Amino acid sequence: MSAVFPFSAIVGQDEMKHALLIAAVDQSVGGVLVFGDRGTGKSTAVRALAELLPKMKVVEQCRYGCDPLADASVCADDCSVRKVGRVPKAKQVPVPVVDLPLGATEDRVVGALDLERALTKGEKAFEPGLLAKAHRGFLYIDEVNLLEDHLVDLLLDVAASGENVVEREGLSLRHPARFVLVGSGNPEEGELRPQLLDRFGLSVEVTTPTDLPTRVDVVRRRDAFERDSAGFLERWKKEETKLRRRITQAKTRLPEVKVTDATLERAAQLCLALGTDGLRGELTLIRAARAAASLAGAAEVDDTHLKQVAPSALRHRLRRDPLDEAGSTVRVERAITELFGE
Amino acid sequence: MTPGHPTLPAPPPWADAVTAAGLFAVDPLGTAGIVLRAMAGPVRARWLEGLYRLLPPAMPVRRLPLHVADGRLLGGLDLAATLQSGRPVAERGLLAEADGGVVLAAMAERIGSSAAARLTAALDTGQVVLERDGLALRSPARFGVVALDEGLADDEQPPSGLIDRLGFRLDLTAVALRDALEPGPEPEEVSAARSLLAEVRVPDDIVEALCGAGLALGIASLRAPMLAVRVARAAAALDGRTIVTQDDAALAARLVLACRATQLPVAEPPPAEDESPEPPDETDRDDGDDDDTPDLDQPLEDMILAAAQAAMPLGLLARLRAPGGGRSRARSAGKAGALQASTLRGRPIGVRRGEPRAGARLNVVETLRAAAPWQGLRRQEWTAQGQPVRRRIEVRKDDFRVTRFKRRSETTTIFVVDASGSAALHRLAEAKGAVELLLADCYIRRDQVALIAFRGRGADLLLPPTRSLVRAKRSLAGLPGGGGTPLAAGVDAATLLAEDVRRRGQTPALVFLTDARANIARDGAGGRPRAEEEALSAARRLAELGVSVLMVDTSPHGQPFAQRLAEAMRAHYLPLPRADAASVSAAVRVVSAA
Repeated sequence: MSAVFPFSAIVGQDEMKHALLIAAVDQSVGGVLVFGDRGTGKSTAVRALAELLPKMKVVEQCRYGCDPLADASVCADDCSVRKVGRVPKAKQVPVPVVDLPLGATEDRVVGALDLERALTKGEKAFEPGLLAKAHRGFLYIDEVNLLEDHLVDLLLDVAASGENVVEREGLSLRHPARFVLVGSGNPEEGELRPQLLDRFGLSVEVTTPTDLPTRVDVVRRRDAFERDSAGFLERWKKEETKLRRRITQAKTRLPEVKVTDATLERAAQLCLALGTDGLRGELTLIRAARAAASLAGAAEVDDTHLKQVAPSALRHRLRRDPLDEAGSTVRVERAITELFGE
Repeated sequence: MTPGHPTLPAPPPWADAVTAAGLFAVDPLGTAGIVLRAMAGPVRARWLEGLYRLLPPAMPVRRLPLHVADGRLLGGLDLAATLQSGRPVAERGLLAEADGGVVLAAMAERIGSSAAARLTAALDTGQVVLERDGLALRSPARFGVVALDEGLADDEQPPSGLIDRLGFRLDLTAVALRDALEPGPEPEEVSAARSLLAEVRVPDDIVEALCGAGLALGIASLRAPMLAVRVARAAAALDGRTIVTQDDAALAARLVLACRATQLPVAEPPPAEDESPEPPDETDRDDGDDDDTPDLDQPLEDMILAAAQAAMPLGLLARLRAPGGGRSRARSAGKAGALQASTLRGRPIGVRRGEPRAGARLNVVETLRAAAPWQGLRRQEWTAQGQPVRRRIEVRKDDFRVTRFKRRSETTTIFVVDASGSAALHRLAEAKGAVELLLADCYIRRDQVALIAFRGRGADLLLPPTRSLVRAKRSLAGLPGGGGTPLAAGVDAATLLAEDVRRRGQTPALVFLTDARANIARDGAGGRPRAEEEALSAARRLAELGVSVLMVDTSPHGQPFAQRLAEAMRAHYLPLPRADAASVSAAVRVVSAA
């Protein structure tokens, strides 16, 4: 509908942009949480990301956007028509970036009986919800800390299992729902439940820039965009195309990026030093570092990539230590310096 | 004050208010809105009348009721029309109806954070995204907001997310009707300005100066300078010009920036802006090339700053000048928290699908609403099975809707910390450590915490009930120590807050950390015997509430009086001869589990 501010025109906020690009390159990184001050372009960046994503292939008749190469057994109904051993007809569609607006009701999130068909034709048919729409794409929740508790429970369940199980109105079906959870919010309005926090692979803290030239730049670009969005988009088209190509290439290259045993060890050491819970932190750290290496065009993950992504991958996994005055970011950085020197 | 730049007296509030109304009417979408602090009354009515006169006649103005339900705010299924026409008919919500116009939010200081978030989401994206009642719709919703703030106290304010997005903030509380005479711009001028607006250019140096002024005033949000630029543009258009001048920028600074200031600009700012005392921030850089740009615009920026300063309310100036450097960002955010707390219920907060089991109350109307569209289908099913339709309305399990209340099990732990000289000597630091450990615990349990400190002559609520660990830690870290021990005042404040928490449907739990060496009476007079007696009577009053209380005695050898006090308030008594933060934390866990 309205024009979207281009991703490449966002001034500063490099960590946030980088984290979003990493999630775009490797969805298995598992979501991005952007927390920070007001008016720092959190939602602008996420909405802009949607315009950048390269297209993906889906099974033509599948309402759930299934991958033609994926196992059909997880899909609800439509994909089951395809024959074993035959690759079904596919088409290119944009990667979905689905907004989960505040005030959404459960039936629209999970999916429910199709009201239109029930009323006009008297048929019982399933109308997929937002979870189905977001399959293989992104599910964006602005003000994620204000999300209703029962919706959070629902999301946790689906995000953990990768499929959505619907049991209502005599309907009983399941469909795949794997998505990258992207949340943004302001910590002053309340924090996230630890379980939900854990679902996010990367967590970024944004602050308003405090140097004048950056601030002037932000205001000027925003103003130019609002006055003439078509012209502004045209001016940034080249940059956007370049960035889109970078994502596509990084995605293709990703499987070939090597992770040496030494790097794995480094990652494990870092997690150990910080005392992060569970293996998820380590796994995310490696995956994010690999995506970062791929984005940088490197053939192998090295320390720079680890250092680059460690704060985002680990800061929300530290055990709360209220006696340590330093914020979690500082603690991660301290551990990095201790481990990598400098 | 910036020497060498005499501050011009700002026009009276009413004159500024009508100017702001004119600028808002020129560009409701760009300037985003007005927060108008005033009680309902003839002055506010006159101002609103003036505003309506300036808006185009066809422009929609929608009033936002305080506790508006999501269905009305965002839209939903129009049940009557749906049943009549036999196909789903969507009903537009209030925000979509206001597209191209103005949303008038009454009693904005009481808007809940969730309603505010829906409003701000529409402000940010210019549309309403509806995912409700089986409908998925996007409708344009571009509007300006007039938030009528009837708050009296400083901490009664509209949600900070909303304030941040609205351009103007006006205060008419002190304006008498006889002073509210100036008519402001004429409708013809405003409509001429509206058509001129698209052509108005903003020179680069003006943008830079507005950004610089915002920075010097300690305004963190980037929305402020953006809004200031748009207001300056509207001002130029209203004056019939297509180029923004210094005067427009000064006006914008006065109307947009002054009210957001968190610090006074340093006198005669040295070349680099970075040296001004700002909230510490790791992104703060000292780029060499910063210096030349602001240098060029110094006079312009100073002029704008002077204009902004002249418009600052007296109270704000006093606060900013106070030693210790005025309001930090945490302080202003604390206000948002106070508000948020007032939206925490004792009242229903919505409906969800679910069975009316223990604790959940069936919402009959919503259940019938949910069942209504499916009646045709269900009747058909009966017929298809060859059975007669047995009931007039068939309600199934899936239709059940229950009213959601705030979870009753939610606990608010109130920490009452003795910050007097005697306690500080002993172990204020340890008490802080204990509180922080407890905070972490409360965070895990999703409890809320509040913090009261007493010292000197009275008790202060440092932190209204919140769930934000960040804010709790901040206010604790800033806790000063020293002075007498007004124990009675501390107990009174705790009792009041506990009552308040209970009224909101939550369970209060109190934790006192004190050495109980009361020496200040309620009226501020010194003297141990009277202070102790008052403390005991306050404690007995607290006991009547019947809440769980833990009294942690922080004195080095245990105080007999602390024990008596604990008995009076029927508290668990925990002497801490040489205890550390961890053992306090463990004790509290036991008490609050009881």
